[in-house]
Amino acid sequence: MARVVVDVMLKSEILDPQGKAVHGALPRMGFSGISDVRQGKRFELVVDEVDLDKINAIAETLLSNPVIEDYAVHVETAVGEVDQ
Amino acid sequence: MKIGVVTFPGSLDDIDAVRAIGFAGADAVSLWHGDRDLMGVDAVVLPGGFSYGDYLRCGAIARFAPIMDTIVAAAEGGMPVLGICNGFQILCESHLLPGALIRNDHRKFVCRDQRLRIDNANSAWTTSYEAGQEIVVPLKNGEGGYVADESTLDLLESEGRVVARYLGANPNGSMRFIAGISNERGNVVGLMPHPEHAIEDLCGPGTDGLGFFTSVMQSLAVS
Repeated sequence: MARVVVDVMLKSEILDPQGKAVHGALPRMGFSGISDVRQGKRFELVVDEVDLDKINAIAETLLSNPVIEDYAVHVETAVGEVDQ
Repeated sequence: MKIGVVTFPGSLDDIDAVRAIGFAGADAVSLWHGDRDLMGVDAVVLPGGFSYGDYLRCGAIARFAPIMDTIVAAAEGGMPVLGICNGFQILCESHLLPGALIRNDHRKFVCRDQRLRIDNANSAWTTSYEAGQEIVVPLKNGEGGYVADESTLDLLESEGRVVARYLGANPNGSMRFIAGISNERGNVVGLMPHPEHAIEDLCGPGTDGLGFFTSVMQSLAVS
């Protein structure tokens, strides 16, 4: 078994009101020097075997909407190895 | 004439849609997301609400409900389908309509009586209106900002597929003030405002919304 991570982010040209809201809160908290915040989604899939074609199909059809979002796939760990 | 209304887990306005169809003079048929059978309906309404709690993206999970396989095939075959609010989001996720709906640019839920202009009175759902007619129906959404790339927007405009546009201040950041669009054939329409809440004088801002439902009856009668 392995853990595959799919990161989904709004495309750069798509407005991200949630990221803007987070960004707006930072100066109020005293954090300066942060010029932008974009908010995305992270999915962790535990898979029996790493089949990237299948993962890409899942990422394209369900996890992301290609009209407004990009995704990136990372094979993170073999789950069994970590548990040991 | 039978018009189906699909109930998904989290649908909110299915009962109002059923009522509006009845007011227009058609028979409303309640359809269930987990079925595949359209029960012989002539047209389908995907109602507003928060299907699957808006988890993942609005409409993203509803799009894979069993009944959507049948609806997508029927829509591609020419059956009239109207998606209202969450229904519009489902139609975009299904790729029956181009573009997507994102969070309102001002980050607040909007709930108001909204002035619209009907730009296309030839779609299956707008023949009861005159092109250019102004109507008022409720608008209530958190993720109603219509977005698409420039070439798609230009195509929609050049083919007359912008069905309705917001008048006055842009309520949600929709590109080019787009409130509703249709597919190329004109049988599939997605609309962010809620005509089903404006069908009688008892409540709502008037009866301007009824035309969407009488339109589809006319369209079906002549086809």
